[in-house]
Amino acid sequence: MSQAIPISAATPEGAHPFPHRHLTGIFGLQPWEITFLLDEAEQWVELNRQSSKHDDRLAGLTQINAFFEASTRTLLSFEIAGKRLGADVVNMHAAQSSVKKGETLIDTAVTLNAMRADVIVIRHQASGAVQLIADKVDCPVLNAGDGWHEHPTQALLDALTIRRRKGALEKQRVAICGDILHSRVARSNILALTALGAEVRVIAPPTLMPAAIDRLGVTPFTDFDAGLDGADVVMMLRVQNERMQGGFIPSSREYFALYGLTRERLERAAPGALVMHPGPMNRGVEIASDIADDLERSAITEQVEMGVAVRMACLDVLTRQQRGVEGWA
Amino acid sequence: MNPLTITGGTLVDPVGGSVLPGDIACADGKIVDSAPDSAKSIDAGGLHVAPGIVDLGCFAIDIPAFAAGGITRVALMPDQSPAIDEPAMVQHAAAAGKPTVWVHPLAAATQALNGEELTEIGLMQRAGAVAVSTGRQRIADSGLMHRLLSYAAALDLMVITHAEDEGLSRHAVATDGETATRLGLPSGPAISEAMAIARDVMLAEDTGAHVHFRTVTTARGFDLIREAKARGVHISCGITPGHLLLCDVDIGAYRTFAKLSPPLRSAEDRDAALVALADGTIDVICSGHDPQGPEAKRLPYADAEPGMSGAETLLTLSLGLVRDGHIDMARLFALLSRNPATLLGVDGGAMSAGSAADLVIFDADAPWRVDTMNMASSAGNTPFDELPVQGKVVHTIKGGQSVDRPPS
Repeated sequence: MSQAIPISAATPEGAHPFPHRHLTGIFGLQPWEITFLLDEAEQWVELNRQSSKHDDRLAGLTQINAFFEASTRTLLSFEIAGKRLGADVVNMHAAQSSVKKGETLIDTAVTLNAMRADVIVIRHQASGAVQLIADKVDCPVLNAGDGWHEHPTQALLDALTIRRRKGALEKQRVAICGDILHSRVARSNILALTALGAEVRVIAPPTLMPAAIDRLGVTPFTDFDAGLDGADVVMMLRVQNERMQGGFIPSSREYFALYGLTRERLERAAPGALVMHPGPMNRGVEIASDIADDLERSAITEQVEMGVAVRMACLDVLTRQQRGVEGWA
Repeated sequence: MNPLTITGGTLVDPVGGSVLPGDIACADGKIVDSAPDSAKSIDAGGLHVAPGIVDLGCFAIDIPAFAAGGITRVALMPDQSPAIDEPAMVQHAAAAGKPTVWVHPLAAATQALNGEELTEIGLMQRAGAVAVSTGRQRIADSGLMHRLLSYAAALDLMVITHAEDEGLSRHAVATDGETATRLGLPSGPAISEAMAIARDVMLAEDTGAHVHFRTVTTARGFDLIREAKARGVHISCGITPGHLLLCDVDIGAYRTFAKLSPPLRSAEDRDAALVALADGTIDVICSGHDPQGPEAKRLPYADAEPGMSGAETLLTLSLGLVRDGHIDMARLFALLSRNPATLLGVDGGAMSAGSAADLVIFDADAPWRVDTMNMASSAGNTPFDELPVQGKVVHTIKGGQSVDRPPS
């Protein structure tokens, strides 16, 4: 695998590789800080492919996964990442928590803090909720998705997947397609990919395109075929069923006809274009099954694999200060 | 009531449009030509003396904040708990501020502000309501709004409405644009406001009713108001310092204190508001005073309540508009006092003998810093926290009597 690093992504001399207490988003990260996390993740990709997948650098630390919004794969990925690093991992599901009894988010944060968590991973349905908690606790906070705002580890795992497949991110033409408006995955990916020098296009029906999206340094398309033209990477987003009952889109069959990724459509993209999806997929709605299952073209299972490695890297890096790692204390 | 003489002031007269050195005398709650020698005297020492502020559309009776802000009359929004939707509620609310501040309750246009059934606005008028208000939202049903305006016109009651189209703004907590997109906040297009204004301008024209748009914030909205006024339609509009001085960028990283209603607009719309202020399109500057505690504001942005605690910074922030040359001092007090008093049909905003002796004495240059932790208001939810400002109220005088000095 190539390790070519874009020029803009080299850590400047004297700069700390990652001077952030929390990871609430890609926003605010320097290109070389993103690259640093990707580089750190490489060792965990290797470890995770061994029969013994254990490292105990987080032994004795408590990792709380506070998930206020239902999740299976992201929660599992963070849990596996923490356990492989030796942390004591505790999952808090909103459905079982006092949040349902009307406790405020701040009170919940104070409670988690009083239990002396060493790192808190948070998913919440409201944009900005993770920052709100991060401001109130003493330990590092990792955003596992907040509303429509950011999902930074998803963007990191996507960047790592592209880098490993394509060698570099610089000048890669990446088309992000689907429900951009409601997607934290799209926002974090736009920030990460543009920071690393990729040329990013977003493709969506006009009803699912955020206002002024071009101000984020991307080119918007409402015509799927035009947006796909020459793309090196095609990143499909999940479209939730409730958006396809007439409110935003007339029907799922019309959506598939206009914005679904099929083999014929993919011909428009560059030869060998990589197909990605953050999951879970709606087969036959945004992506045809034969594409999703094509191991040559689809990187979808690889994304899941990279997810664990990237989350291990983030957990390791964010806890270095409290572990007294040299250069981080 | 003890007579009072204020000497050595710089008198701001929004009626005559003058700002001149002079003395002013008060007796029996009114401004008089001269007070007896026994009158108590205040030496203004060159400070400005102006008519007390008439704040058109506050959500809470917050007497310390009003006193600190030089506010002597307040039109209280009907969005109380329960809503001001019957005569007894009007009488009760009207007594709440005396003697420090006179509260003029606005009658809810619909029962419990549900937007569906009209209230007894005629009886509420007799009980002391000076105008009718649709509350935090407009009335979505155009037919009902048409009937309300016809009915209110016959009673010569002004109808104060909110200008946002509910279809475009129901789930919106911000205005469409780069900031909302970056933050991932539900947003609506700025034309939501102009669409609401367009409808109500037509209804006002058709019924002859006087419609006041409490807070207008967009270029398209001001264009419609300007054009309708030129055509002779009986409409007026207001704005808050928050909407004149801030734009959506000021939401920053989910600062819920900057969550207002209507939401903060683009910088271009904010600039259009300054133009509309200077050219006379805007009639009123009001505080929109809406104190909210942490239980309503320390929440994720979309879940937090809108509104700012604005009474005690209303004059200070507005004085910045004079310093920056957008308007002159006399025009400022037309916007803060004379115009709202005239719209509501209450005594105020004048410096001539026979007018209410409601006055504010202020030092237009005194520097201070806004501090949410140290406010006279019952809550410190201001987006202007830590802003260095100039202009401080020294005395608020209601009916010729000095109200307790605000904390310095």
